[in-house]
Amino acid sequence: MANEVVDHGRRRFLTATTAVVGGVGVIAAAVPFIKSWEPSARAKSAGAPVTVDISKIEAGQKVTYPWRGLPVFVVNRTKEQLDALPAQDARLVDAKSDGSSAEQQPKYAQNGTRSIKPEWLVMVALCTHLGCVPDFVPVMKPEPFDPEWKGGFYCPCHKSRYDLAGRVYAGVPAPKNMLIPPYHFVDDTHIQIGVDPKEAG
Amino acid sequence: MATVFSRIGDWVNERAPNLAPTYRKHMTEYYAPKNFNLWYYFGSLALLVLVNQIVTGIFLTMNYKTSAAEAFASVEYIMRDVEWGWLIRYMHSTGASLFFVVVFLHMFRGLMYGSYQKPRELVWLLGMLIFLVLMAEAFMGYVLPWGNMSFWGAKVIISLFGTIPVIGNSLVEWIMGDYLPADATLNRFFALHVIALPLVLLLLVVLHLAALHEVGSNNPDGVDVKHGPKGNRWDASKPADAIPFHPYYTVKDLVGVGFFLIIAAFIIFFAPTFGGWFLEHDNFVPANNLVTPTHIKPVWYFTPFYAILRMIPSLFSTAIWGVLGMFGAIVLLFLLPWIDAGKVRSIRYRGTGFKVALGLFVLSFIALGAVGAGVVAEVIPAWFGNVDVTFWENSFGRLWTLVYFGFFVFMWVYTRGGREKTRPVPERVVYDHD
Amino acid sequence: MTMTKRQSLMKRTLSSIALAAGLLLGSSSAMASEEGSLPSAGTNVHDQAALQRGAKLFFNYCVGCHSLKFVRYSRIAEDLGLSEQDVMGNLNMTGAKFGDPVVSHMPEESATTFFGKAPPDLSLEVRAKGADWVYGYLNSFYLDPSRPVGWNNTVFPNASMPNPLWELQGLQTAVMHKVDGEEAVEKLELSRPGKLTPAEYQQATRDLTTFLEYAAEPAALQRQRYGIWVLLFLAAFTLLAYALKKEYWKDVH
Repeated sequence: MANEVVDHGRRRFLTATTAVVGGVGVIAAAVPFIKSWEPSARAKSAGAPVTVDISKIEAGQKVTYPWRGLPVFVVNRTKEQLDALPAQDARLVDAKSDGSSAEQQPKYAQNGTRSIKPEWLVMVALCTHLGCVPDFVPVMKPEPFDPEWKGGFYCPCHKSRYDLAGRVYAGVPAPKNMLIPPYHFVDDTHIQIGVDPKEAG
Repeated sequence: MATVFSRIGDWVNERAPNLAPTYRKHMTEYYAPKNFNLWYYFGSLALLVLVNQIVTGIFLTMNYKTSAAEAFASVEYIMRDVEWGWLIRYMHSTGASLFFVVVFLHMFRGLMYGSYQKPRELVWLLGMLIFLVLMAEAFMGYVLPWGNMSFWGAKVIISLFGTIPVIGNSLVEWIMGDYLPADATLNRFFALHVIALPLVLLLLVVLHLAALHEVGSNNPDGVDVKHGPKGNRWDASKPADAIPFHPYYTVKDLVGVGFFLIIAAFIIFFAPTFGGWFLEHDNFVPANNLVTPTHIKPVWYFTPFYAILRMIPSLFSTAIWGVLGMFGAIVLLFLLPWIDAGKVRSIRYRGTGFKVALGLFVLSFIALGAVGAGVVAEVIPAWFGNVDVTFWENSFGRLWTLVYFGFFVFMWVYTRGGREKTRPVPERVVYDHD
Repeated sequence: MTMTKRQSLMKRTLSSIALAAGLLLGSSSAMASEEGSLPSAGTNVHDQAALQRGAKLFFNYCVGCHSLKFVRYSRIAEDLGLSEQDVMGNLNMTGAKFGDPVVSHMPEESATTFFGKAPPDLSLEVRAKGADWVYGYLNSFYLDPSRPVGWNNTVFPNASMPNPLWELQGLQTAVMHKVDGEEAVEKLELSRPGKLTPAEYQQATRDLTTFLEYAAEPAALQRQRYGIWVLLFLAAFTLLAYALKKEYWKDVH
């Protein structure tokens, strides 16, 4: 019954081990709760790739399709609009989309028109500033917000401007070019949004 | 690192000088009797389950839909489409049942060792209030999945209020907000289940613990360590038979937590419906106001009280007697500190009459549970063949209902007028160092 | 001395509680088979081959009338080890998308016209009725000219559903006898053999029941897999906590 000497080393070791193992358990138990915030099977199903018919889109016209609930603009650009693109390069933040906007498009759309086929722009139309949907302003005429306007997208929220390839102009709040989603041509008149050409085989 | 922590500690201390003493009062300098046995694990386990219910409950509300049209499907959505949703749901449903397992054992401990007796009447009353609120909380939670058992369970329980004379019927409509359990009922039960009652529960738990720490814990010997000799190896002014809660009981409770979690995890991962006892088969059928489930019965933890309700017949053309009996069964537990006038706390030193009575009381609780769950009605034909099941079930149930209430009558008589022959209580607690 | 006596009393109390719990559990499984003695379904949801065969039967014979509205095709593919092509080509004939839930081919109105009420969704059938019940039901159809659709069932008397698997099972008829002056089914006889032998048919319905059991709780596949590890971890933690407790309690005399 005498007070034997306490083995402090053993006590510290056991306390530390129990604390670490218990801590691991608590963290492991937290994982399912954190994971439960990931998109559910229903959200994933609703966000599945969408195939759209683009045969009815006239030259110069834009149609919006929802993909994962996001507005995807599909624009059939005219030759004149395409020709005006290179002239904008000097006024843009990242004309070649290889700097700050390197991650804003798949490799196969990292080109002057930011597209697979030059005339077809397929783009998630959300301003890279705070996520508003910009207006499609295709006509080349002086605008109040830009006297040298050559067509493009204009965000009503904080006046960011983009050209017709979704490239952001310098001197506006938005930092990057707009996002090009993965997509591929199923045939000449159909595109599937959400699947890369490679995955589609 | 250590200096950063101590500087933060100093910073807090300067601004809230009472925080650290409060922590010490309830943890490192809360002196508890050293002879706690297995029965003393269930208090801390109840707290653990409460935390589990709150955390998993918060995550369930993130995907649950509070509407009669969507509730059932939203629970299945949680079970199938939400990542790990099934685990969160099973943790919550299993937790609900284990909450009652733990609380029943915790209460039985109190009965065995006289923890409700003076000076701990307030602790007992607050505990009984927790039990009452917990039953309301569990009942409303059971309604939320909006299965057929949810619906009919809600209907039957709410109808109990209909037996109250004069106002009964309008009261029932007021509770439901409709003429049957419906969207409005589901919505208000949701509000009560996820915020109102949990707040009340938390407050009561804090008060329960505060009241306990004011008078100090009882122990298996029922010896008042505060009035015994002073001086232990930690503090010369504290009771000799007490030890600091932290670290001694925190590490001990950790072992209890480990064992408890093994049992809980086994149920969650391998038997989440627990053979239809924790999640009933009929609750996997959506609510249907036109078809009552054949085996309508409450969840297991309500069955003893439900049996009392069923066993008491209607008299003078009102069914209120059963309802009174059911509530009376709970009210009598509230009054136990004043019914029991025993001079001795622990069963170890009480008279034989008490031991027998308590044993019978526990048996009556289990037997009534079996009646309420419909087990007895099933067992009778299986064991005794072709007999009048209702007659024998009623006889059995009424006998045990008498035993249940008889316990309180017996305690009143037995503990007065020197009828109880107790054994001498030792001066110090019995503690064998192993 | 007194201590050991006390401990043994405590142990006995606990073991009687455990016994009572065991009795309750046992009786509940008896409750599941309330319709007399149902044969055991003998299903095993971890048998992937059985699940695949059962899924094939379901999509060949059941989905015409019954939906699985809480089960997605994509989930079936994932859990049954099937490719998207397998599921979309061989099982899904409704043109639903891969991520969609399984809906039946039949519009609700026409179902109500044919059977008096819409055939129920089967997502949770096994959880509500039990695997034994579903298996027994699938084996207990018999011809009964007195019923509107010409079929009856001993497990679910007067069900409004004909046996969709009759080509496989063949035709059963009932041998009647009198109980308390009332006609009752004594046993079922195979009056015309089907494409399968009785043993093969039992295996087929067992597979189908297995698939429905999976559909009732797809999480069952995951939870048992994770459960082992959780228990092992908790056992290790408890041992450690016990060692820690022992160490600290050396102070207490």
